[in-house]
Amino acid sequence: MTALPAPHRRRPKYGRYLAWLVLAIILAIALLPIWVMVSTALTYPKDLFDSNVSLIPRGASFFNFARVLGIVSANASHAAGGSGASINFALALRNTVLYAGVIVIVQTLLSAMAAYPLARMRFFGRDFLFYLFISALMIPQIVLFIPNFILIRQLGWINTFAGLIAPTVLFSPFSVFFLRQFFLALPKEIEESARLDGASHFTIFWRLVLPISWPPIATLILLNSILMWNDFFWPFLVGRNSQTRLLTTVLQFFQTQTPNGVPDWTGLMAGSTLASIPVLILLVVLGRRVVQSIQFSGLK
Amino acid sequence: MSEPVVPPSPAAQVIQPRAASHARRPPPLGRDFGPAMLFILPALIGFAVFFLYPAIRAVIVSFTSWNLLNPPQNVGFHNYQHALTSPHFWHALWVTVLYVLYNIPIQTVLALLVAILIHRTTKSVLIRALILVPYLLSSVVAGLLWLWMLNPVLGILNAIIAHLGFGHQAFFGSPQQALASVAAVNIWQFLGFNAILIFAGLQSIPAEIYEAAAIDGAGELTLFGRITLPLLRPVLVFVLVTSIVGSFQIFATITVTTQGGPANATNVIVWYIYQNAFQFLKMGYATATSLILFVLLLFFTILQFRLLRGGESDL
Repeated sequence: MTALPAPHRRRPKYGRYLAWLVLAIILAIALLPIWVMVSTALTYPKDLFDSNVSLIPRGASFFNFARVLGIVSANASHAAGGSGASINFALALRNTVLYAGVIVIVQTLLSAMAAYPLARMRFFGRDFLFYLFISALMIPQIVLFIPNFILIRQLGWINTFAGLIAPTVLFSPFSVFFLRQFFLALPKEIEESARLDGASHFTIFWRLVLPISWPPIATLILLNSILMWNDFFWPFLVGRNSQTRLLTTVLQFFQTQTPNGVPDWTGLMAGSTLASIPVLILLVVLGRRVVQSIQFSGLK
Repeated sequence: MSEPVVPPSPAAQVIQPRAASHARRPPPLGRDFGPAMLFILPALIGFAVFFLYPAIRAVIVSFTSWNLLNPPQNVGFHNYQHALTSPHFWHALWVTVLYVLYNIPIQTVLALLVAILIHRTTKSVLIRALILVPYLLSSVVAGLLWLWMLNPVLGILNAIIAHLGFGHQAFFGSPQQALASVAAVNIWQFLGFNAILIFAGLQSIPAEIYEAAAIDGAGELTLFGRITLPLLRPVLVFVLVTSIVGSFQIFATITVTTQGGPANATNVIVWYIYQNAFQFLKMGYATATSLILFVLLLFFTILQFRLLRGGESDL
C-alpha cells in the first residue's frame, strides 16, 4: 500500500474496496472447484445420488481414497456404489514419481552440460548448434509424437518405462535455452583463474559453475516437475497397460470404465485429489519460490 | 498453453557470447571443440534421435500411405491434397479457430485485469499463490473436475442454475455449448498463470515513470494507455503467442471431456490428427495434417519475433 505512485494514493478509498471485491470473486471462482473436488472425494459413493447437490460433504469418508488405492476390494467398492472397476492408483503414483523424477533430474543435468559449452566455450559450429537446438521449440508436439511413436514401437518399447521417458529424458530445448541465457551472464573471471590453476573443463563446470547456478537450476527443476507430473499426451500414447499408466492416464482410463453406465464420480474425484496433492504440497511448502519461478519464466 | 511447448520468450533476445580474449590463432575447430562435444553429446543424441530424426521422418511419412502393418506406399502429395479438400479437415480447423476465439480474448483481458488488481492492491505472495492453484493441476484433473461440476443431472452448476429458476443445461453434452465449456475449463486453468506473467511485467515498470507522468497531469486512463500498455508489450505478446499456440494444440481436456463430440462439435485439429494416426492408423495422412498445423503455427511464432523486434527501446 505504500509503494503506490502519487496519483493512486489520492484516489477515493472505495476504488480499493471494489478492487478487493473483484479480486475476491475471481479467487473464489479459482478455488471453489478445488473444494468441490475434495468434498466429492470425501462423499460416500451411495450418498452422492441420494442427496441434493451440496457444497458440504455428507460426512468425511476416506472410503473413496481407500478403494482407488486398492485397499478395498473391487467387489466391496461395487457394493458401496462405486463403478467396481479395478484401479491401482498406488502403482500409478509410483510410476508418476519415477517418470517425473527421472526425467526432471537427468534432463536438467544434461541440459546444463549442453548449455555450458554453448555459452562459455569457443568451438566450430557453436551458434549453429544452439539455433538448431532451440528451433525444436517451434515444432508442435503432435508432429514429433507420430514418428516417435513409430520409432518406439519398432524398438518394442511400447508399454515400457524406457518408451515413456526416452523422447524427453536426454534433451529439452527449453531447458538448454533457459540455462544458456543464465550461463552467458556469469563473469568471465570464474573460469579464467581456475584455468590458470590447471582445472579441467569438467572440474570447472562441476565445482564452480553448477554450485553458483543453483537458483536458475532450482527454478527449472520446479517448472519442469510441475509439467512432467501433469504430463498426459505422450504417456497416453505409449503407457497403455496397468503396469505403465501414470496418474493422469490412469484417471482417463478409470473414467472410461463404467460398468454401471455412469462414471464413478466419487472415485474419480478421490483420484484427482490424490494426483493434485503433491503439487499443492509443493505450493504450500515452496509457495514464494513457485510464484517467483513462474513469474521469472515469462521474463527471461 | 496446456502443452509444454514454449516458444522463445519475449525478452528472449539471444545474447551473444563474449569473444574470448585470445591472441593466439585457435585450432581449426576452436580450442574447446573436443571437451565441448563431450559436454553436449548426451543432449545431442537426444536431439538427433527424438527431435531431428522424427521431424525429417514426419515429412517422409507424410508422402506415404501407411497403416504400420503393411509396408508404406508412396503416394506423393495425395495426403496434402486430400487434407486440403476434405470437409472434415476444414471442420476441425474451423472448430479449433473458434475455440481459440472463445478462449484467448476473454482469458487475456481477464488476466490483464487480475494482474492490475493484484499490482494495485497487494504485494502478498499468498494471493499470487492462490490464483496459481488451477494452473498447478493437470489438464486431465481440470477436465474431469469440470465434467463433474457441469454434469447435467448431478453437477453443482446445474443445481445453482436450477436454484436461480432456470432450466438444466447440457454443457459438454450439447453441440452448441460443448466448445464454450471446454474453453471455460481452460480459461479457469490458465487465467492465474497468465495473470502472474503479466504481473511480473507490471512489476518491472519503474514507478518513477508514473510519477513523472502524473506530475505532468496525466490521468488514470492516459497512464494506462500511454505507459502501462506500451511497456507491457513484450510480456503481452509472449502471453498471447504462447496461449494461442497452446490453444491450437488443445488435447488432454478434449480427451477427458468430449472426445471430439457431440456431433463433432469439439473435434479440434489435434484430436482429429490423433484419431487419424492412432485410431484409424492413417500415419501418412495424420503426419501430413500435423505438418500443415506446424506451418500454421509457425506464422504466429514469426509474428512474435516481428512484434518484439521493434519493442526493445520501449523501456
